[in-house]
Amino acid sequence: MSAHMNLTLKVWRQKNDKTKGQFVTIEAKGIADDMSFLEMLDIVNDDLTRKGEDPIYFDHDCREGICGMCSLVINGRPHGPKQGTTTCQLHMRSFHDGQTIVIEPWRAAAFPVLKDLAVDRTAFDRIQQAGGYVNVNTGGVPDANTIAIPKRIADEAFESATCIGCGACVAACKNASAMLFVSAKVSQFALLPQGQTERYERAQAMVDQMDEEGFGNCTNTGACEAECPVGIKLTNIARLNREYLTAKVFREEDIHG
Amino acid sequence: MSKSKPVLNSSLGKKLIMSLTGLFLCTFLVVHLIGNLQLFKDDAGYAFNNYAYLMTHFAPIKVVSYLLYASVIVHAIYAIILTSNNKAARPIGYAASAGGANSKWNSRNMGILGTVLLVFIATHMANFWWKYHNDQVPYIEYRTDLSTGVTTSTEIQAGDFHDFTKVTENGVEILKARDLYKQVDYAFDNVFLVAFYVIAMAALAFHLIHGFRSAFQTVGFDHKKYVPIIQFLGVWIFGVLIPVGFALMPLYFFFCK
Amino acid sequence: MLDSKVPAGPLADKWSNHKFNLKLVNPANKRKFTVIVVGTGLAGASAAASLAELGYNVKAFAYQDSPRRAHSIAAQGGINAAKNYQNDGDSVYRLFYDTIKGGDYRAREANVYRLAEVSVNIIDQCVAQGVPFAREYGGLLDNRSFGGAQVSRTFYARGQTGQQLLLGAYSALNRQIKQGKVEVFNRHEMLDLVKIDGHAKGIITRNLITGEIESHAAHAVLLCTGGYGNVYFLSTNAMGCSVTAAWRAHKRGAFFANPCYTQIHPTCIPVTGDHQSKLTLMSESLRNDGRVWVPKTQEIAKKLQKGEIKASDVKEDDRDYFLERKYPSFGNLVPRDVASRNAKEAVDDGRGVGKTGVAVYLDFAEAIGRLGEDSVRAKYGNLFDMYYQITDENPYKQPMRIYPAVHYTMGGIWVDYNLMTTVPGLYALGEANFSDHGANRLGASALMQGLSDGYFVIPFTVGDYLAKLGSFAPVDANHPAFEEARKDVVEKTNQLLALKGTQTVDDIHKKLGHIMWEYCGMARTAEGLTKAIGLIQDLKKEFWSDVKVLGENDELNASLEKAGRVADFIELGELMVTDALQRAESCGGHFRLESQTEEGEAKRNDEEYTYVSAWEYKGDNQAEVLHKEELIFENVKLTQRSYK
Repeated sequence: MSAHMNLTLKVWRQKNDKTKGQFVTIEAKGIADDMSFLEMLDIVNDDLTRKGEDPIYFDHDCREGICGMCSLVINGRPHGPKQGTTTCQLHMRSFHDGQTIVIEPWRAAAFPVLKDLAVDRTAFDRIQQAGGYVNVNTGGVPDANTIAIPKRIADEAFESATCIGCGACVAACKNASAMLFVSAKVSQFALLPQGQTERYERAQAMVDQMDEEGFGNCTNTGACEAECPVGIKLTNIARLNREYLTAKVFREEDIHG
Repeated sequence: MSKSKPVLNSSLGKKLIMSLTGLFLCTFLVVHLIGNLQLFKDDAGYAFNNYAYLMTHFAPIKVVSYLLYASVIVHAIYAIILTSNNKAARPIGYAASAGGANSKWNSRNMGILGTVLLVFIATHMANFWWKYHNDQVPYIEYRTDLSTGVTTSTEIQAGDFHDFTKVTENGVEILKARDLYKQVDYAFDNVFLVAFYVIAMAALAFHLIHGFRSAFQTVGFDHKKYVPIIQFLGVWIFGVLIPVGFALMPLYFFFCK
Repeated sequence: MLDSKVPAGPLADKWSNHKFNLKLVNPANKRKFTVIVVGTGLAGASAAASLAELGYNVKAFAYQDSPRRAHSIAAQGGINAAKNYQNDGDSVYRLFYDTIKGGDYRAREANVYRLAEVSVNIIDQCVAQGVPFAREYGGLLDNRSFGGAQVSRTFYARGQTGQQLLLGAYSALNRQIKQGKVEVFNRHEMLDLVKIDGHAKGIITRNLITGEIESHAAHAVLLCTGGYGNVYFLSTNAMGCSVTAAWRAHKRGAFFANPCYTQIHPTCIPVTGDHQSKLTLMSESLRNDGRVWVPKTQEIAKKLQKGEIKASDVKEDDRDYFLERKYPSFGNLVPRDVASRNAKEAVDDGRGVGKTGVAVYLDFAEAIGRLGEDSVRAKYGNLFDMYYQITDENPYKQPMRIYPAVHYTMGGIWVDYNLMTTVPGLYALGEANFSDHGANRLGASALMQGLSDGYFVIPFTVGDYLAKLGSFAPVDANHPAFEEARKDVVEKTNQLLALKGTQTVDDIHKKLGHIMWEYCGMARTAEGLTKAIGLIQDLKKEFWSDVKVLGENDELNASLEKAGRVADFIELGELMVTDALQRAESCGGHFRLESQTEEGEAKRNDEEYTYVSAWEYKGDNQAEVLHKEELIFENVKLTQRSYK
């Protein structure tokens, strides 16, 4: 049989973006170690609901580690103590009976808290809108095998493209910097031939938007890489620096509206 | 169509400034250490005082030294700007923090280390640079018998000293100079100053272990083969050899002179 | 009365001819039209981007916090396309044929052929967007064989094909947002469809952050809202996936087709307990090397369940590799429905394994012996890691435990060849419609259909409808019809908020899930289905009398959101059971115990059931009315599937 444990949760509760929040202590009883962290919160919420208390609001959707919707800073670590996982894939066997768990939302000026543990990450969308695409319309494109892409390049681009946009990099960074997120998309297109035509415009436009959103500056601590649930590498940040500075120093071009 | 923001208004541009000034200061450290190794020469400061004169009076070096002072100031000012941006990017911090789990202490505390270094630089300049330039150091006269090569030295008074002069009379080279060497000796009689210097050099070590490698990352330098070399240089040359070399100087004067 | 609008002419020319016959909107007039797209998965994002590129104004809606999070993102395996890059005999016709056959001859020929035809354009489009598909060393695209297909036509991006395709469509969408052609509404849920003079003219949404009930007007509405697998509570769907948008449209006149066709995927991680919130799929590529077995006797199974012995302690002679035994030619690679049903039989026979006894083994020992652990790791490493992470069992040492889980729903809103529903101006795309997969979907076909509908079908067919509208006048969001629908939604929301019973919404949802799984799952009987109807009707009463909904409307309120969705699931559940009951044959994912061959295989009844059942809503608590669209097969011969 799986072990059952009792835990003390210190959870950030905040009604909405206009009110102040505070920590509330909630007991979680009879938690099985094969539950996921979010299932543990489901149980806690069911209890709260039965008692007529407002359940804890947290973002989640696919619960298989790919949609990037779940978040939570658990005992100071984005997505909890296990590396390379999202919160939905974190299981309670990573905790022990009697433990106190502090649960906080992503903290960043660019990610205002909406309620309890949910934050607004639309800043990420706006950065993508600034240039995270190749300008092609549907139809009228060449046959897929017209361009040969070395496997090594395709694989590396894939590694960058695998970012799930969860924001753990921002949450982990002591400066709330979004460089890892931005660099992943810039890298994908800087590597692939399809991205070449707008390569330098893209880097400039996305960095401009990133700055405008109020994210902090990268100081190369590497916390983002360590906490990234899908293993996006710091190499991407070096590449973004290179792309941007090259654009600025050698190839300053107009960017779209 | 529009222009992207000017490079120095961007987060990456500001980081570039940090990187370039930092690397420039690193090169200075190498020169400074090599020059100061002359302190260990048991020649009553003959070589060192000659070197000090050269460093303060040779025009190209003077230009470089002003660049250097500017770099320190710019590096510090940009550090303050970036740090305040970074603080603004996370107005509410985490209640539970576990920075140690995903990054190194020194990488997260470059500001503190840098502040120690700034205080150190101020102290260091006040003790030596200021005093040297404002006639607040002792004077010395060296007499070298050119036929035997034997050098003797005597302290001289301000009244006997007009300028750095080197004349040869009757096969004896007479050198009158400001005795910075003696000033070093005096200064490092003070146990508190020695302790502070050693602490500052420890701060330098931690600052550079992160900073040297980080500067390359910021300019976008990233290469499978060369990054390990940079990492090696950052740790062993800038993190160990240079700070230890510098720290040995006060210790040498305190214990051996 | 159901007109599928399938164009005349030879199968291969239907789409080309039809495209030519469709009316076009003058480029200068396109900007006068607004189209609403609900859902931003593969179908929604691709449709929204493509329509905006043409010049239409698009409003796109997502319940998630970003369009990028739609559940298409979770698809692992790949996307089919009849490129024949591997020179192994693939063709548009073969993909068409395989899809029709795989769907057990319950799909519309013309739609499926079009799907196969445009599949090749999808790959071109995605590559042009920068989707990093897997490649060969020579730099060209790699393919694999998937789901037992005889040709290698599946394009993939590691185990994250859905993610990469969705991010491609999302990037196209972002480009249009930047250009001001698409306005995105995140954290908005569609709660009603608005019709004016019988035509779809807009939707009512709830802003999930502020609770505001909003009216959005348009000239056409596209439902790209995915499937309804969450009616079972446990499924591989995301937590927020629901039938609500489709169901509200159904209540406004859109017929719901083949609701009983659900796909149960064989290789999922088994349930561990009541706390479980969702099931995790593992790519069926695992069956290429894994061998499925249970012990031969219940005694051994008991010992395994109690943990007295380990799987490796069971002697070879005491193991029953039931798929290899029953289907010597296809073995472990039989289609999903067959593999799932056989696992259920073994468990029902008391020979299931694991703590709960509701699982079968998927054993890699033989593959590890043959290929070496490193090769197995190279092929399946990420899946093994995922399994290890979730179960805390090392699949390199012990066999995996797997059990089928609800994965995909072939049924959905009825649409004609133009993807238009029975409500003029209302369209359904992707998993939300019923059209292309018949009674069973083949692996790597869902992504293909979503993108086909969005990129290559809807841009033509919507234009035809808009061109024929005869007016460019903007739709007025203050029209009385909007006010009325808005009032209905506000009323329903208040009704839910007034529920102050004793059970949580999840309690009821779990009960619904149990009923559906038990009686309308992998094996269905007339008796069980009849019983289920009563149970669901009781549950509906229980919901409206004893559920507890907390909080207010004007805040992020998960219990309110869920309550609305579960209320719809209960009604849908009843319709699914009703549909399953009327279809007294077995086909694809719909297995009626009364209709099987002597060997226990699904037996179709082509005489009586070669039709699409399309249900018309008649009002609250009234029986829905069945309409039949006869399926006409002019090109393929209906045969009994056999995988012996």
